Amino acid sequence: MASIGKIARRTFLIGSAAIVGGVAFGAYYVSRPAPNPLKPGEGEAALNPFVLIDQQGVTLFAPRAEMGQGVKTTWAALIAEELDVELEDMRVLHGPAARAYYNSAFMADALPNRGYDVSDFQHSIGEVLGVLGRTLNMQGTGGSTSMKDGYKRMRQAGATARETLKQAAANRLGVDRDQLKTANGMVQAPDGTSMSYSEIALDAAKLDPVESDLRPRSEWRLLGKTQPRVDMIEKATGTAEFGIDVRQPGMKFASVRMNPRLGAGMNGFDATEAQSMPGVEKIVDMGDGVAVVANNTWLAMQAVEAIEVDWQEAPYPPETDQVFARIAEAFDDEPNSTMRDDGDADQLPEGAVELTAEYQLPYLAHATMEPMNATALFEGDKLTLWCGNQMPTIHQWKCAAEAGLESEQVEVHTTYLGGGFGRRVELDFSILATRLAKKMPGVPVQLTWSREEDMRHDFYRPGAIGRMRGAVKDGAAVLLDGKVAAASPVAQVMDRIAGLPAGGPDKVHVEGFFNPPYAIPNFRMSGHLSDISIPVGFWRSVGNSFNGFFVESFIDEMAHKAGIDPMEFRLALARQEWAPAAGVLEAVKEMSNWTGQTPDGVGRGVAMCYSFGTPVAQVIEVFDDDGNIRLNKAWIACDMGLALDPETVKAQMSGGMVYGLSAALFGEITFANGEVEQGNFPDYEALRMSTMPHTEVQVLETQKHMGGAGEPGTPPAAPALANAIFDLTGKRARRLPLMHDFNIWT
Amino acid sequence: MSTTLRINGKTHQVDLPDDVPLLWVLRDEVGLTGTKYGCGVAACGACTVHINGEAVRSCQTTLADVDGEITTIEGLGTPKAMSIIQQAWVDHQVAQCGYCQSGQIMQAANLLTDNPTPSDADIEEVMQGNLCRCGTYPRIRAAIHSAAQKMQEA
Ligand code: FES
Ligand code: FES
Repeated sequence: MASIGKIARRTFLIGSAAIVGGVAFGAYYVSRPAPNPLKPGEGEAALNPFVLIDQQGVTLFAPRAEMGQGVKTTWAALIAEELDVELEDMRVLHGPAARAYYNSAFMADALPNRGYDVSDFQHSIGEVLGVLGRTLNMQGTGGSTSMKDGYKRMRQAGATARETLKQAAANRLGVDRDQLKTANGMVQAPDGTSMSYSEIALDAAKLDPVESDLRPRSEWRLLGKTQPRVDMIEKATGTAEFGIDVRQPGMKFASVRMNPRLGAGMNGFDATEAQSMPGVEKIVDMGDGVAVVANNTWLAMQAVEAIEVDWQEAPYPPETDQVFARIAEAFDDEPNSTMRDDGDADQLPEGAVELTAEYQLPYLAHATMEPMNATALFEGDKLTLWCGNQMPTIHQWKCAAEAGLESEQVEVHTTYLGGGFGRRVELDFSILATRLAKKMPGVPVQLTWSREEDMRHDFYRPGAIGRMRGAVKDGAAVLLDGKVAAASPVAQVMDRIAGLPAGGPDKVHVEGFFNPPYAIPNFRMSGHLSDISIPVGFWRSVGNSFNGFFVESFIDEMAHKAGIDPMEFRLALARQEWAPAAGVLEAVKEMSNWTGQTPDGVGRGVAMCYSFGTPVAQVIEVFDDDGNIRLNKAWIACDMGLALDPETVKAQMSGGMVYGLSAALFGEITFANGEVEQGNFPDYEALRMSTMPHTEVQVLETQKHMGGAGEPGTPPAAPALANAIFDLTGKRARRLPLMHDFNIWT
Repeated sequence: MSTTLRINGKTHQVDLPDDVPLLWVLRDEVGLTGTKYGCGVAACGACTVHINGEAVRSCQTTLADVDGEITTIEGLGTPKAMSIIQQAWVDHQVAQCGYCQSGQIMQAANLLTDNPTPSDADIEEVMQGNLCRCGTYPRIRAAIHSAAQKMQEA
């Protein structure tokens, strides 16, 4: 392997390296090179390859997991834009787990600013801090960060590859590099000679990489336009391989049952009956649960259900009411954060009218379409793992620990994810598959959760309580004083992953609470953390999923109190604070032809939330169908700053809204005897084709920064719907799901 | 005991208890993994296949119940030779995570056999048993309409 040439470029370097039959280009990082997935030899620096050019053509590694957000396609387009290859001529692979694929945007989002108001200076500090992501080995997919993260690096890798290939061709032809052009994976000389990238790849590997400026937006041919998704054909023909589809020679099928009282242990079990059931090959003690290995998943599920287990008691209050009483106790303690404290929130402004409201939101399951599973093969000094996951390097590390190996001895294959929504950030499925595989050396084993096991062993969206106090005067909000109490997913995830306490103000807990882009002179928002130990995790849009509901329901109540149309009330507050927030409201106002009036039997509601860098407004229309409430239409507007693939953004916005509406209407996880009561879709319904509103999405690009797409569609959905139902019925929804207090058409 | 099945035009011998659902016979025994497990209780449609051309939930059909020719998503078309409906799915960029889509397509194919020009209401009626957690319903609807049109032209 040749030594690695590199170009300094902000916080990363673009490098190249010789590979068998060609050359690799990629990024590599300041100060401490991370171990190279290409395994360079002694004394060679590490390169994180994004693009390989060899005798087979051009291959791209997309170091983010594809969970439906189109990341494979958009990453490919970023490279292809500069490299002058056609999308259909590239192979796109998901890169192996490697620390070098750290996700800088994850860390940048953890800075304590309001997000929308960052100056360019703060923005670049954010990027620099992103380098810290590496110390946590964060190769992650989540937090809507994929595109923000790859935007510059991938284009830079493409541009450097192109110029280096041109230089190699120029040397061969004895002409100047400037005289050469590139198109369709070929270098072309003025005299008509042309060479494919494959032909000159070996020469290019011998050169130092050549730097180039990035093409301006006006010259883009792929980015900013919708591209055919590279994963569509596989997904339409049943050939896409999800974790549950992994098949290895000699593989066994297994299923698991862990303590339904989450986090508690097991006193013992009796597997006599299971032992003699058909297909059963092995019963395994999993510590705080049991697993059955069989020759068929269904037989394994039947047998694992037949085991009699003596479970220990839950380490948290066993009934739902007690759980929420416990969460409410957090209000008695000092707040963990008060990230907004403008004016004087203690004083009621003179002549203002005060109002208060308390809201309560349930725990929620992710309910990904594909139940949790992982496949593992343990071979003494080596562990191979196949699973859909959002954090391959952390899976590698934690499964190494479970297997008693070093990280380098663990190979992680990331498959397609049958839905992520934050669930596949967790490690439980990989760790349990590893534990099982360790008991069967040399035999690949696939561990699949039943749907019931999946729903009862999630890392839930925390149940949350919002206490709001506000005041209006002369038709405007003059005071907003809010407190939110819930358990912290960040604290739990830090503990699960690193065994570290999370210190300081928990920004994720109050996202969408302290930073709604509204100008309110007296504005104080505090977060209270509950230490209740029910497992919680990152559920699509995380803190915004409950905070968006608290803020946007209460803003609606304030508008009503002030006697102002809720759209105009918000517009006035947003215009003074941040133009893009007002812009998305204007857009849905126009799209829905909002007049503030609805005919009898029809209700409309609006909500606007800023999350993951993107302001999103939604208007939902409901109607009364013979005493039942039905969803009719939905209008969504978002401001992405830059939409690399507009159709993908639209799909994510609409999908994010559906996820939020499903939860608002039907979603709840409740507890009895310390066990989750819901087990399958009949108890955890979601929107279906028949209940889905007709939806229109508009994508704006006016703000300065590039926003995320995967999560911001979720937070405004529940409050927009609840506000529409208020418009229809005159009754406020102060708790969810709506099916308990309203007749919902199904 | 050994059972003989006809799947996508081929004959398979399987040796499993006859209360095993067809879903798990296809996936774990025959190796046809395009048919998905979502709920196991007839609530999601991810496991939809055809028996003698009729859409059925394979998680609810035991090996003993199978009576006729089985078609799975793999039998409907292949990446190199997609059926009209699969092509419509690609044209409309329907899938997000894609996990539910085999079942959606098998259900939609059956709908179009029974009703070559379905209205929105017909689509809602027949497709409501197929859950999509990614919320791709608007594109599914559009793809069904355009497949219907293509089939009329064909
Ligand atoms: S798996 Fe058969 S309907 Fe859900
Ligand atoms: S595309 Fe993900 S569940 Fe339908």
